[in-house]
Amino acid sequence: MTALPAGSSAVPVVSAHGVGKRYGPTVALADVSLTVHPGESHALVGRNGAGKSTLVSILTGLSKTDTGHVEFGGEPAPPASKQDDWKQRVACVYQHAMVIPQLTVAENLFLNRQSGGGFAIGWSKLRRKSRELLDSWDVRVDVDTPAGELSVENRQFVEIARALSYGARFIVLDEPTAQLDSQAIDRLFERMRQMQAGGVTFLFISHHLHEVYEVCQAVTVLRDARHVLTAPVSEVSHTELIDAMTGEQGGLAVRDAATRDALPADAAEILAVEGLSGDGFGDVSFRIHRGEVIGLAGSNASGKHQVAETVYGLRSPSAGTVSVDGRRLRPGDIPAALRAGIGCVPRDRHHEGLVLEHSIMDNTTLSILDRMGRGGIAAPRTRYAKASKALVDYDIVAAGAEQPVSDLSGGNQQKVVLARALASDPRVVVLINPTAGVDVKSKEALLAVVDRVRAEGKAVLIVSDELDDLRLSDRVLVLRAGAVVAEHQAGWSDGDLVADIEGVRER
Amino acid sequence: MTDLMTDPATAALPAPPKRRKALWLRELALLPALVIVFVIGASISDTFLTFNTIRDILTAAAALSLVVLGESLVLLTGKFDLSLESTMGIAPAVGVMLVIPAASAGFGTEIPVWLGLLAIPVVGALIGLLNGFLIVKLKLNAFIVTLAMLTILRGTQIGSTKGKTLFDQLDPFTALATTTFAGLPMSVWLAAVLFVLFGLGLRYHRAGRALYAIGGNREAARAAGIRVDRISWAVFVVAGVLAAIGGLAYTGYVGAIGGNQGDGLILQVFAAAVIGGVSLDGGKGTLVGALTGVILLQSVDYLLHVAQVPAEWLKAIYGGIVLVALIISRYAGGKPQT
Repeated sequence: MTALPAGSSAVPVVSAHGVGKRYGPTVALADVSLTVHPGESHALVGRNGAGKSTLVSILTGLSKTDTGHVEFGGEPAPPASKQDDWKQRVACVYQHAMVIPQLTVAENLFLNRQSGGGFAIGWSKLRRKSRELLDSWDVRVDVDTPAGELSVENRQFVEIARALSYGARFIVLDEPTAQLDSQAIDRLFERMRQMQAGGVTFLFISHHLHEVYEVCQAVTVLRDARHVLTAPVSEVSHTELIDAMTGEQGGLAVRDAATRDALPADAAEILAVEGLSGDGFGDVSFRIHRGEVIGLAGSNASGKHQVAETVYGLRSPSAGTVSVDGRRLRPGDIPAALRAGIGCVPRDRHHEGLVLEHSIMDNTTLSILDRMGRGGIAAPRTRYAKASKALVDYDIVAAGAEQPVSDLSGGNQQKVVLARALASDPRVVVLINPTAGVDVKSKEALLAVVDRVRAEGKAVLIVSDELDDLRLSDRVLVLRAGAVVAEHQAGWSDGDLVADIEGVRER
Repeated sequence: MTDLMTDPATAALPAPPKRRKALWLRELALLPALVIVFVIGASISDTFLTFNTIRDILTAAAALSLVVLGESLVLLTGKFDLSLESTMGIAPAVGVMLVIPAASAGFGTEIPVWLGLLAIPVVGALIGLLNGFLIVKLKLNAFIVTLAMLTILRGTQIGSTKGKTLFDQLDPFTALATTTFAGLPMSVWLAAVLFVLFGLGLRYHRAGRALYAIGGNREAARAAGIRVDRISWAVFVVAGVLAAIGGLAYTGYVGAIGGNQGDGLILQVFAAAVIGGVSLDGGKGTLVGALTGVILLQSVDYLLHVAQVPAEWLKAIYGGIVLVALIISRYAGGKPQT
């Protein structure tokens, strides 16, 4: 539908030449060049900390370069003080919302220019202009809705439309698919292709490499603050891409459950979930044995997260029971779940996984404060020792146990969450999106830990959107609209599982 | 492309140098300001740099510091309580009125003195219990709830004493401030002991760590198995008790209970805590910091009296000094006060 960029004949939309940036002693970007041609979707990939965010902040005028320069359409970038000039050239849609939730879509679209040059705001005119703007890009959103009530998908479309209204035809999408389910991702890609046809150029950032192949024409890889490769996606294989990101050969090494010995027939049952019902799911039952891994798959609306959160007590069930070693847990009681031997990696590390401003030692010991010493004493020395051991055990890259977790990369933050979940030496481990938003290398490390604790005889429940995470499972249960609709034994094919998740299986 | 590979070890973050030491420096960020106050004091009055000055400042600070202690605990959990200043007045007033005869403006119950003394922290606890119920259980806004509570309690105190000052037969209730040990009133020793106990608790006990975690991220604290609501509620109760004891110390210091005891003190309470580095967002701050905040404010207060600033101007000057102290601690501490 869209012609591939015709090489260097057209003037590039944006080109960065030898861009470098330091923050104190840390080199965030070293001699990176990037050229994006008009009408293409250019993928920018790399592990956490590879320099993607720094490059984006330079390309959008939020930071100044230390070395090198940036050009838009062959002309030098405007000075940092002229934010309006930047807005006419480039815009970024971030993972977190950049709209004001209480104001309507219309006011958000024309924020700080509501009156269009006049003195008073003409509300009917503002709404009409907003309507026209959204219609022209085929965004179906009511302009009177408060922006905070939009779905993630629609919020992104509104932000894209706002960027386009400033005249920018180069849009940076920073992990736009991270919070979308697969139907929404398909709609986003469809919209991206339409806009491409209308002359919009995208820089697309994602941790999901298959998306790069689906929607992009060219890809640039950054690693350790440096440029590693730029090529048309048709010329780079999946494995080559992973190698370029990690600097190693061999791709993602996750041990498939099908390759290990079958579970012994007499393995003791540890976790029993019976007829569990609650907000968004109903009558879910399963059992997990010693050394067994069960995966829960489904779309974001399938209720899979809620099931796992209910097992740990983050939510109260409306019916059904959760038992560990045959003993029923008090519903909705996290301390009881912890005492019974359940550890949990919650769904979102920023929201409920970590106290970001607190140190690693505070975070890793948060759920075991009651077992550090007599009478509830939790001495800094004991906590420091525990956390220092966790740094080694879970391969967390940090200056020390007293470093705040906000300083760490996403992958290392997630390792801290996992360390805390395992700190109580639980018998059951509940993992919800354990590798969300982390790079390939950290993902391997995290999954290796999961495989290790499985081998130690723990019962593991993994809920994930990522097939790689589910690969460790002896069985994968697929949920749709809150009910278990299918079960796959280890060795499933991607196509079969995805078809069940999406409910598109042909029978 | 492989020649661009770097050793991942060198790409690791550089170790932040001596974070621990930096944290301790931040605790004592107010020391220079305190030194300046004493230098100015010494230049105004020959007798400023004496033990008497220290004793007077500490005696005056004892009551305030107990309220600041309670408020700091509430602030650490990410909530706040304005009503503590009224608790400071009404709790000792109720205790006294239960004991003294009706002829001295008491309730006429004339219960034993020890019961009256016990009633003071109990009244504080009940107020905290009610605050906690409204804020934690009913999820009402802490600002309006405690502002309303402040007004209700103040009005109740004035109403039940008919606006009179209680001064008759107060001896057992002023003993805390009039009895001395090693040259300092018992109220100072009590405040010191409580600060040490709570300070150690915050650092060494799971309950203390739970307060920080709750203030830092309530959801994460809950997901880690901390009973967030129960602890937040309990903190309101503890703060009420501490404010009541602070009120008793204040009664002893003044020698009477006026209808306005504690009135307007909440500004100093918040100022001392924030100047001392306790975050209004929760999860950050220490009692050492809060205590230095109290002592700094009280030293300035003392300095103003020594400098014979006209009484009618004290209030305006004091408010200004609180602002200046905030600005100084903002830059001495190097971090925005949130």
